[in-house]
Order: sequence, then structure tokens, then C-alpha cells
Amino acid sequence: MLRVRVIPTLLLRNSGLVKGSRFKNHRYVGDPVNAVKIFNDKLVDELVLLDIAATESGQEPNFKLLADIASQAFMPLGYGGGIRSVEQIERLFRLGIEKVVINTAAVEVPRLIADASSIAGSQSIVVSIDSKRDVVGGYHVYTRSGTRKMKLNPVDFARRMEDNGAGEILLTAIDREGTGKGFDLDLIYDVASAVSIPVIANGGAGSLEDFRSAVVVGASAVAAGDMFTFRGKHKAVLITYPPYGRLEELLNGVSK
Amino acid sequence: MIAIIDYGMGNAPSIANMIRKVGGHCIITPNPQDAMQAEILILPGVGAFDNAVRQLRDKGWLEVILNHVYQSRKLIGICLGMQLLFETSQEGVLPGLGLIKGKVQRFEFDQTKIATLKIPHMGWNTIDFTHRHYLSAGYSEQPRFYFVHSYHAVCDQGADIVAITNYGYPFPAVVEHKNVLGVQFHPEKSHVFGLQFFKNVLEQ
Repeated sequence: MLRVRVIPTLLLRNSGLVKGSRFKNHRYVGDPVNAVKIFNDKLVDELVLLDIAATESGQEPNFKLLADIASQAFMPLGYGGGIRSVEQIERLFRLGIEKVVINTAAVEVPRLIADASSIAGSQSIVVSIDSKRDVVGGYHVYTRSGTRKMKLNPVDFARRMEDNGAGEILLTAIDREGTGKGFDLDLIYDVASAVSIPVIANGGAGSLEDFRSAVVVGASAVAAGDMFTFRGKHKAVLITYPPYGRLEELLNGVSK
Repeated sequence: MIAIIDYGMGNAPSIANMIRKVGGHCIITPNPQDAMQAEILILPGVGAFDNAVRQLRDKGWLEVILNHVYQSRKLIGICLGMQLLFETSQEGVLPGLGLIKGKVQRFEFDQTKIATLKIPHMGWNTIDFTHRHYLSAGYSEQPRFYFVHSYHAVCDQGADIVAITNYGYPFPAVVEHKNVLGVQFHPEKSHVFGLQFFKNVLEQ
């Protein structure tokens, strides 16, 4: 039986692994190559690496580091950060990365998603949507690591991206990220009901029960950062991942 | 020596990484001449059926693959590479390699019964062997593999089916006809289960 995917997301900045809260206050938590090795030993379903500084600093993906990481990753690996062209995407695939995650360029480079999915197939193209609720309760899409607010709502944008050929949506609730307060279930429900491609819920997971809730409202997969990298209220760095049997028991047979 | 066909479709580097990890010697090559001495030929693949057939034809691989098989050497198709082993696919109009009898068709669910199954079938799923097989050796728990596909094989000959997986209904996850083997999943992305798969292939 197919199991709901549980995906650790790792944030990169200047070749180091970092973690923050609500897209801010990032601190260094370790070496990414080592972290990937540990996640590999723990048999994670899939891993997503996001370079949160690449777009803002105008840099390309760190191909050298990604080559090192990919050679250690015997599981599906996604990468996002600084991707703006089909050439970069092809180069990432040649390193052994299966999926590219595109956020800012999905808004700023109009043909990118369509071009990339026609070459590589939709299944390799993940559009990342960062979203936040404003004071009157409406959701907006943000780009550039959550710093730029767009006149776009996540539901319409997700639909458009599906039409353009996106294979999955990585949906992140900015004001839940790193808080452990649970996913933004309204956001997940709205987007997942509007598209037929898988939606990966991200931002806010604090317990295994949160995973279950996200799946109940329509997520096809769940992602988390803190839960798999920190332990205790002082947030000591410890990489963990639940055993397969536990996740199977928790998530199998759950659906909307 | 194992040769992985690099025809611009699929993640040859990940396959090579894993084969090397279990001690195999392999090359990735875009040049059919380099693969003529290979004991095992691997046909990976991600993308569309017709495009893959066209690439193989234009780059001179079709003859090399068929010769390899006629000389009783092993061919392994992975994901789209497995689908290419069949005669036809609903995804395209060009003929496949025809090394395994049957066709490839899109997942189709009775929506009244199964409302929530997405296409593609993406993620980890278990496989069940239909009979005792060298590929089933060495697992201490039921093997599971990473799948990403919207189309699946339908074999004409039940004897060619080595293992099945369930997604809405059972479909062939591993097929084999003589020296031609196909797997719908990605062993190269299925950590310990994938390592065991390549180990079993090498030890056979």
C-alpha cells in the first residue's frame, strides 16, 4: 500500500544547515552532507533541501555542494533555491537530484515551469508556494524567502501552476514555520481542494498528530524541519525520524 | 562491467552511485560503442514514452540494445526504461522494444470506488513476489520501493510477472522474460531496499 510521504526539509545558507522561525532568525545547526547521511541511515521517504539565501544574493545553486550531497542520498532528493533557468534544472538532474523546487522564479520567470516540465516531466517539478494570512484574513503568495508580498492568492496561483505543468505543490505557511504549532489546515484544505496534483503540507508540524491532521484535510505528503532536527524546549540539535511502522500505523487509511 | 545508457532521460548518476556502493563496476555512457562489451546493460528513463523511443533510435541505441539481448546478456529497464521493454504504450504512438509481450497503459480508477488516488502513483510502496525469485533474497522485512509513474505495464504472459504492487489495483512492479528484467520503481532511490536489489542482481 502506498504510504503518505513524510519529508524532512533542510534549509541551507552559505553551505551550512540553518533553522529559524517564521522565515527569520536563522541559526547554524550543522553540516548538510553529514545531516543527509544521517537521514539516509534513518531511511527517510524523501528529502528536500532549500537554499534560502541563493535567490536574494543572486547566486546560482551551489552545484559542488549539491553533488556531494546527491552522491550520499539514496532516497529521492529535491532541491530549491536560486533556480531561474532550464539549464540549471538540467544540471541539477545530472547531479542526481530528482526534483527541483521553484518558488520565486515560478512568479518572476513566466515560462520556466512550462518549459521545465515539458523537458523533465511534471513529476520532477515542484512549485513552492509560501503564503501568509493578512490582517483581514486573506492569503497572499510571498516570494524571495517570504520577503515580497504578491498580489496573488495561493489557490489561484496553485491552479495556474498546475495548468503550467507543475507536478506537486510544496505549500508553506510562513507564520507557522518553525513554531511547532501545527499546520495551517485552512490553507492546506483550500489549496488541496483546488488542484489535483499532490500538495505537500509544510510549516508548523510539532507532532505526529499534526501530520495526520494535514492528511485529513487533503495533503498528499507532509514536510517538517524542526521536528526532525531539534529535541526539547531548548532546541538541541538531534536528527530524528520516526520508524516506518509508526508512520504506517499513523497515516495509512487516512483520507479526506 | 555494467553500462548505464545515458540518452538524456533519467537519472543515471544515482543508479551508478548505488551500483558502486554495492561494489559493482559501472560506466554511464552516451555512446553505444562503449556499451557493446557490457555484461549488464541498464536502460533508465524518466519522461515521455515517444520521446524516449526517438532518443534511443536517433542516438543509435536500438540496435545495440537488441544485440545485447540476443547475445543472452542481461538488460534491466528502470521505470520508463521498463515500460520501453513492452510492445506499445498508451502514452505514445511509437512501438516499444517489444522484448516483453504486453502493453503499457495509464492508471484508470473507478472514481465511484476510489476517489482519492492521485496520478502519478508517487511515493513508497511495497512489492509482493509472485514466486520464488533471486530478487527476493536478503530482505528481513517486506521490501518497499520508491515509485513515480502514471502508466503501468500489462503483461500478456502472467509468467513474466515477478512481483506486483497495489495502487487501486495490482499491477506488475517487476517483470522478467529470460534475460530481460524490468522494474517499475526506482531501486536507485530506495535506500537499503535498492542496495539489496542491486546486490541480488550482481550476485545472480
